[in-house]
Amino acid sequence: MKMNGARIMLECLKKEGVDTIFGYPGGTVINLYDELYSFKEIHHILPRHEQAGTHAADGYARATGRVGVALATSGPGATNTVTAIATAYMDSIPMVIITGQVPTPLIGNDAFQEVDIIGITRPCTKHSFLIRNVKDIALTMKKAFYIARSGRPGPVLVDFPKDVQMAMGEFHYPETVEIRGYKPNLSGHPRQVEKAVAMILDSRRPVLYVGGGAVLGEAAEALTTLARTLSVPVTTTLMGLGAFPECDDLSLGMLGMHGAYCANMAMTHSDLIIAVGARFDDRVTGKLSTFAPHAKIIHIDVDPTSIKKNVRVDLPIVGDVQDVLQKMLIQADKNSEKVAAFIETTATWHADITGWKEKHPLSYHQSSTIIKPQYVIEKLRELSDEDAIISTDVGQHQMWTAQFFKFNKPRTLLTSGGLGTMGFGLPAAMGAQAAFPNRQVITICGDGGVQMNIQEMATLVQNRLPVKIVILNNNFLGMVRQWQELFFDRRYSSTCMELPIDYIKLADAYGAKGFVANKTDEVESVILAGFKEDGPVIMDFRIAREEKVLPMVPAGASLNEMVLNA
Amino acid sequence: MQHTISVIVENDFGVLSRVATLFSGRGFNIDSLSVAPTNEEGLSRMTIVTRGDAQVLEQINKQLYKLIDVLKVLDFTDGSAIEREMALIKVAAEDDARAEVLRIVDIFRAKIIDVTPKSYTIEATGNPLKIDAILELLRPLGLKELVRTGSVAIGRGAKGWNG
Repeated sequence: MKMNGARIMLECLKKEGVDTIFGYPGGTVINLYDELYSFKEIHHILPRHEQAGTHAADGYARATGRVGVALATSGPGATNTVTAIATAYMDSIPMVIITGQVPTPLIGNDAFQEVDIIGITRPCTKHSFLIRNVKDIALTMKKAFYIARSGRPGPVLVDFPKDVQMAMGEFHYPETVEIRGYKPNLSGHPRQVEKAVAMILDSRRPVLYVGGGAVLGEAAEALTTLARTLSVPVTTTLMGLGAFPECDDLSLGMLGMHGAYCANMAMTHSDLIIAVGARFDDRVTGKLSTFAPHAKIIHIDVDPTSIKKNVRVDLPIVGDVQDVLQKMLIQADKNSEKVAAFIETTATWHADITGWKEKHPLSYHQSSTIIKPQYVIEKLRELSDEDAIISTDVGQHQMWTAQFFKFNKPRTLLTSGGLGTMGFGLPAAMGAQAAFPNRQVITICGDGGVQMNIQEMATLVQNRLPVKIVILNNNFLGMVRQWQELFFDRRYSSTCMELPIDYIKLADAYGAKGFVANKTDEVESVILAGFKEDGPVIMDFRIAREEKVLPMVPAGASLNEMVLNA
Repeated sequence: MQHTISVIVENDFGVLSRVATLFSGRGFNIDSLSVAPTNEEGLSRMTIVTRGDAQVLEQINKQLYKLIDVLKVLDFTDGSAIEREMALIKVAAEDDARAEVLRIVDIFRAKIIDVTPKSYTIEATGNPLKIDAILELLRPLGLKELVRTGSVAIGRGAKGWNG
């Protein structure tokens, strides 16, 4: 049966199991929208800005593990997606972004709403395609989804000219796809695995250092079993939170710039770091020359470029992290006597760690009047559902959430780690809520970032997406203010928001409900009232204005040079 | 240290731009780059002369492999390849200089491919060091224009790049 290119595109999405897309209409996608009008298998959500729509597709992907799909028109529609694409790229999130393009004969002519979006996004996509012929649509989409989700996942952009959408063709979706230049190595080499287990059993002060790759690779279970079998302490990066239960005694919490004292001390004193799906980012290592000076490093990652990029590595293992960890577990089980002896020899290491945990636990000074942001996070944790999904924006509230929420399950924290994109939290929560209409979805934002995509209140209300928006409101761009306080002599250049916003009225204007808490004893009642509402809610917590995120490793300092009280 | 690498790529839309973006975005140097189709349909071959220490070169290799359109990266650092470059050189040549240019061309087994009463245009082929050497000798006579292709390289021995 012949159909037009726009319809073929929708059939491809259906074949890939896509049930929800986030898109914004325009001149060069109007044919796609015309087909969507009667295409019931795909639920389309209209955001109020293409950036937010693309973040929502990203949030959908982070929460589900499936490929998120966003749609935008050519020109400004396409450029509006760029920040969200770069956000997904830095955190390796599987996405397919479809952009309309001017008709192929007009490409390069500076046509109305024409932009070279493939050129613009080349450095922040895993790959991209321009579809020039209606007969190429199916194979291109098959490749796009395969590339997006396999190996180290990432966003793939498909530029789809209007004339190709209108051209007629047959639809045959390929069963399999073969790309000769792209064959991710998923299976960890058995000999490397053997060596890794031997190195662990030889070590005395081992640490598992776990990144977002463990979440993306669905390796949480294997990781938890391995850590418990070998009794090896676990620290995670921001992106790795949830891969290992923070309620476990072996958990050290997050490491790095705002990491726990015990985590950073453990890294500094370790004799063996087992990196799992992590990439030794500068926010994690601090000063590279003094990073983990006594440690040998085993690095497990599906992406060979992550290995030896920033630090020397003694044993690289390229492969799917779940596969490698499972193989390590089998290898450990074969050596159960050695494992038992090993666990005994690490007793002093565990005692050291307990000592660090007790010496400087994550803490704050509670106040009976002024709301402390950490207290709000603790209360949210206490009062939210066990399977609640939390998204954050970027800044102080993000770090307080990472420190105090205590994540136990993968894919329950959605946060922009690599790019650090303000404005991410609200639309990401929107995407997660669209994927899981019956789960509690909470976005924790600052009063700066929440306004970067506040227009999505309309999308939440229109689509009955009951996202709970928590604003830790200090009327400052708090993280930059903190740096200005510590390193720039309190010269608060352009970080005071000055104009306070009435979020109750704002919520009301969108047809949502708003609550405000000004004092410590109002925190619990506001959270309970907010959670009770069936629809989207803003909860505005007026917090201590100059509260800082601590501990802090100043940029360029060593991990053990933490500022604990300032 | 200077390195010559060959990259076998899909002859797809934008592939050169992907490779160039990779080098510029990650701060790798390109001293020269040449690209043309190969004997196999749909494949092109790039020869890139770059510089960096062992760690940088390892990253360049891995990052190139990460590009979907890249099939193979051949690192010829160990001298396992033959490297050639061609230069077209327009040199001023009047009076006594005309004979001198011809002598240099003869020594380097280069060719005169265009001639006027005031100039010669020379085609020189060889290892890039040989090209440097002929230029060194011609420069005092007055170089008017120079075009170099950049290096191309091919592995020694009977085997092709894919066996």
